[in-house]
Amino acid sequence: MSFISRGFRGKRRDVATSSRVPPGQHVVDDFPVLSAGPTPRIPVSEWKFVVEGEIDQPRSWTWDEFRKLPAEQVTKDIHCVTKWTKLDTPWKGVSVDTILEGVETAAEYVMAFSYGGYTTNLPLEDLTGGKAWVAYEFDGQPLHPEHGGPARLLVPHLYFWKSAKWVQGLRLVNEDQPGFWESNGYNMYGDPWREQRYWGD
Amino acid sequence: MARTALLGRLDWQLGEVAELVPQTPRVASLVLDVPDWPGHLAGQHVDVRLTADDGYQAQRSYSIGSAPEDPHLEITVERLEDGEVSPYLVGEVRKGDKVELRGPIGGYFVWTAGDKRPLLLVAGGSGIVPLMSMIRHREHTGSSNPTRLLYSSRSYDDIIYRDELERLAAGGNGLAVAHTLTRMHPQDWRGYARRIDADMLAEVGWPKAEMPAVFVCGPTPMVESVASTLVDMGYDPATIKTERFGATGG
Amino acid sequence: MTIQQSDLKLDGNAIGGLLREIFTMEMTTAEGTCANCGQVHVVGQVVVYLNAPGAVVRCPSCDHVLMKIVQGRGRYWIDLTGVRVLEFSA
Repeated sequence: MSFISRGFRGKRRDVATSSRVPPGQHVVDDFPVLSAGPTPRIPVSEWKFVVEGEIDQPRSWTWDEFRKLPAEQVTKDIHCVTKWTKLDTPWKGVSVDTILEGVETAAEYVMAFSYGGYTTNLPLEDLTGGKAWVAYEFDGQPLHPEHGGPARLLVPHLYFWKSAKWVQGLRLVNEDQPGFWESNGYNMYGDPWREQRYWGD
Repeated sequence: MARTALLGRLDWQLGEVAELVPQTPRVASLVLDVPDWPGHLAGQHVDVRLTADDGYQAQRSYSIGSAPEDPHLEITVERLEDGEVSPYLVGEVRKGDKVELRGPIGGYFVWTAGDKRPLLLVAGGSGIVPLMSMIRHREHTGSSNPTRLLYSSRSYDDIIYRDELERLAAGGNGLAVAHTLTRMHPQDWRGYARRIDADMLAEVGWPKAEMPAVFVCGPTPMVESVASTLVDMGYDPATIKTERFGATGG
Repeated sequence: MTIQQSDLKLDGNAIGGLLREIFTMEMTTAEGTCANCGQVHVVGQVVVYLNAPGAVVRCPSCDHVLMKIVQGRGRYWIDLTGVRVLEFSA
């Protein structure tokens, strides 16, 4: 048993709404910024989003084209593998279902890739059926670069490392290959409700 | 002592707070009694770990301000407003409390009195702490290598170790201290009053021909700016050692 | 509050303790050759991001990921593929 530091509480940790809080998580009020490298600064004039890989015709959108796609406002709880959970986060973005509309593919997996080199892998079915978005607004404001702007992937039912910041595109692939964190100890799938943080969980 | 400071798995140990020394409105030194302290080198740091009663843990690194020759271990902590660890260490901790720590850590950002080169120390804010360990070590060992400290603080009240630095500089042991205040300064202030730049470094520092040993410590932007300015001024990058403190290290 | 990117960027000194846990010796004086650009850097001077699910160590010259270190469930996962060779004294 560790030594206990008298009177230490750390930042306020509220576990009252426990049915919304996955095991091992605590609720925060702020929005922590996590960073694995320098923040990419992508002017929207240069931004492009692509869908490529096991697909007949790769697709791409410029920022203007992307902003013309039907978008949704969604409010979601998000869970970071570093144990913080933020409830009721408000986003605006394009559903991945919209992005993949009409796409014919036999691929079952996706590698999401970002400006700056980050990657994360997901099953295609975890990106579809109303479960994922490419979000460009948070709390009514354009998404700040520190939080992944101009746009990030939003996949709230998985640990938030799967919600790739500065997302550049989705590559449809036949095999599930590990991305940036998945190749270094983090779980290939990442279900917070089954506490799938690491390899072997 | 050098060998034990650099080898072996580090274990967590408990230090008892012997004294709390306020330094500035936001900064305090914790003087710790660490029974099995193996000794350290000037410039090294410790990791401090706090554990709440529900098992939640937070860990931060703090530079050691005390000299290797001092009887107690001193860490000096700046309280960050939305910090998690620093408001506990500066605010909650009382004399007699125990703090879990491990160390000493660091073999790169280290100065020993055996190094006879002129010394240029450049500090920003709480970056003074490891450099103070070097200054105190130099004082204890009676070293005579000429030493210059350039210390950047927000205001006069934010200068950590202010009185001690004044006393040591007046001691005639070859230590010169120059301050610069970046946000505000007193009416009768005669030091610098701007961010560190090439002109200031040229005035305060050693000419590059002297090949001083240089240590720069403080917030990341300041450290990067000072180090690259010195390199632009022709100092050999291999002689410049840097330690960046993040503002989120609270 | 605006987080400055620079606030999150530290250096190899900040992982001195973690590297000592792993290598059981002081590693901040070790020198690593970047597998991407070939520059040699002292570990104390490499760029480190700690505000992440793991420690990400990057080359100060080219930003290439030198190392990734993750800890969890009593294990370490260390990717050193960004370091072509690491040199340190015996």
